[in-house]
Amino acid sequence: MTTNANLQQTPEQTTTAADRARGDTPKAADTRTPLIEMQAVDKHFGNVVALSNISLKVYAGEVMCLLGDNGAGKSTLIKTLSGVHAPTHGELLLEGNPANFTSPGQALDAGIATVFQDLAMIPLMSITRNFFMGREPTKGFGPFKYVDWEFADRVAREEMAKIGIDVRDPSQPVGTLSGGERQCVAIARAVYFGAKVLILDEPTSALGVKQASKVLRYIAQARNRGLGVIFITHNVHHAYPIGDAFTLLKRGTSLGSWRKEDITREEVLNMMAGGEEMASLDAELAEFQRTDSASVA
Amino acid sequence: MTDHTISAVPAADDERLRRVHPLKAALKRPEFGAIAGTILVFAFFSVAASGTGMFSLAGILNFLEVSAQLGILAIAASLLMIGGEFDLSLGSMIGFAGILIAIPAVQYGWPLWLAITFAFACAVLIGWINGYLVMRTGLPSFIVTLGFLFILRGLAIGLTRLTTGRTQVSGLQEIADHDWLAPFFSGEVFTGLFSWMAAQGWIATNFAGNPSVTGVPVSIVWWIVLAAAATWLLLYTRFGNWIFACGGDVNAARNVGVPVMKVKILLFIFTAVAATIFACLQVMDTGSADTTRGLLKELEAIIAVVIGGALLTGGYGSAVGAVFGALIFGTVQMGIFYTGVNTDWFKVFLGAMLLIAVLFNNYVRKKALEAK
Repeated sequence: MTTNANLQQTPEQTTTAADRARGDTPKAADTRTPLIEMQAVDKHFGNVVALSNISLKVYAGEVMCLLGDNGAGKSTLIKTLSGVHAPTHGELLLEGNPANFTSPGQALDAGIATVFQDLAMIPLMSITRNFFMGREPTKGFGPFKYVDWEFADRVAREEMAKIGIDVRDPSQPVGTLSGGERQCVAIARAVYFGAKVLILDEPTSALGVKQASKVLRYIAQARNRGLGVIFITHNVHHAYPIGDAFTLLKRGTSLGSWRKEDITREEVLNMMAGGEEMASLDAELAEFQRTDSASVA
Repeated sequence: MTDHTISAVPAADDERLRRVHPLKAALKRPEFGAIAGTILVFAFFSVAASGTGMFSLAGILNFLEVSAQLGILAIAASLLMIGGEFDLSLGSMIGFAGILIAIPAVQYGWPLWLAITFAFACAVLIGWINGYLVMRTGLPSFIVTLGFLFILRGLAIGLTRLTTGRTQVSGLQEIADHDWLAPFFSGEVFTGLFSWMAAQGWIATNFAGNPSVTGVPVSIVWWIVLAAAATWLLLYTRFGNWIFACGGDVNAARNVGVPVMKVKILLFIFTAVAATIFACLQVMDTGSADTTRGLLKELEAIIAVVIGGALLTGGYGSAVGAVFGALIFGTVQMGIFYTGVNTDWFKVFLGAMLLIAVLFNNYVRKKALEAK
């Protein structure tokens, strides 16, 4: 198993979790075909190894949380999944069939929709115009083909209502929406246009608690509709309640994949931060406290 | 928290929508400022220039024609600006296109229709080069088209002097007389209607009983047709949505699959073509081409577009706004002439108008992004 090679390097504190790691072969899921699968994917940029030996499986109706600190290779991984980069080695399988995307458009056509951090939303354009950007519904033929805005307005309003956002006027600019609402528009757009796999790049990182919970609830909704969701984040508190499986990335390699029942929140947190680093931080903080109390006395 | 997590107000959308004051809704439209400005300008001159003939039929057509010529450029410039780019080579393109018509027709004896077609083909090519360079190099269009401002002006002067020894080519009037394509760019339309109205005694006639104003200049028709086409394009076609998207955020547009390169190159081509339409109108009108034609027109067009409510940063604006921006421009230019004020003051007014328009636009944009 590829993950086991990496697990050797995991710190002492995490070996218990690591022992339980089933990598990408959860017991209940053995017979299912993953919606999307990465097999030993490497990505090199010149002599920089951005990703090394990454394997993961995402099943329909599940949320796979991809956790990692800054520089862990999350962005490169997303871009490889969404067709921006082709993997240097390894393979991408879509519903069991090899998929070699050469452009984001191909990945999109295959049902892999990525909601990027910058959202691909234009603040000054209306909700409807943003929702249908690039895929405007048309009526008529030849040079008299025109966009059916009436239909588009209706769909935008309905889709937003489905996720509990009551849009007064779909022609209002997206800039008038809050960050969480905008994120939901972006996700709703991907779902409406037939995404099977939803890749969400840090959808909650810029949001407050309330807004983030709204987005999380919507992610759960998308999962219940049978989509496979890849949820990229560095926030365990957002990832843990909603995730069905967790993959940890560190410095371009995978620390392993776990089913939710096999790992606790604290173990995830420890591994992400790199247990020994946390331990040394604790020691350092204790040292500060000691010197502080010394100077007071 | 229940279903209605964002708005506490329950459904019944229509009721909530009606609460927006109509004036406040109008304020959010990009062309609002330009229309309000036009009303102000008309109100001012109807008092200041009363009894001078500015608002006689001839006077109206006069300032409409001035507005129309600039308007043709402004409509193209507005689409380009909404798409997030400038074209500073617009004015030079006018001079160059005039030369491209005049030299083949006068020096080499080409039929006029062929010379005009040739000029349009060159315009498409130049627009394409502008757009391709901007998209490929990633340089700001300001720099690329500034380069072409000088290249095209230089080519116009250089080629004309090389082939004719002068900087002006005249003698197109006779050639135009028997050409089938020339009437699209010269003369007047609705002449029958005007004769009929004169016969009814509705409009003024000269001593021979003919109407003193014989028709609507063809440039006004071009202006209206282009404005209608551009508005349709922007508001009701997929391409129009892509223009807004490209100007609003290129990366976002690209991420959702908008063919950004194609959109922008087509907009540059349209601008060059509009400059050529302007050049045709001028060449047919005066019967000559001059290498200095169109000087500063690129800036005048940008002023008209900005007065029309477009944002310099792209992604916001309207073709209708550009139409009214040009109308303000033409009305004031002719109005100052009619009121007898020294026309030197026109430029002072223009600069002030531009600043006010930009401040107003920024205010409107901020308002538009404020909630509900």
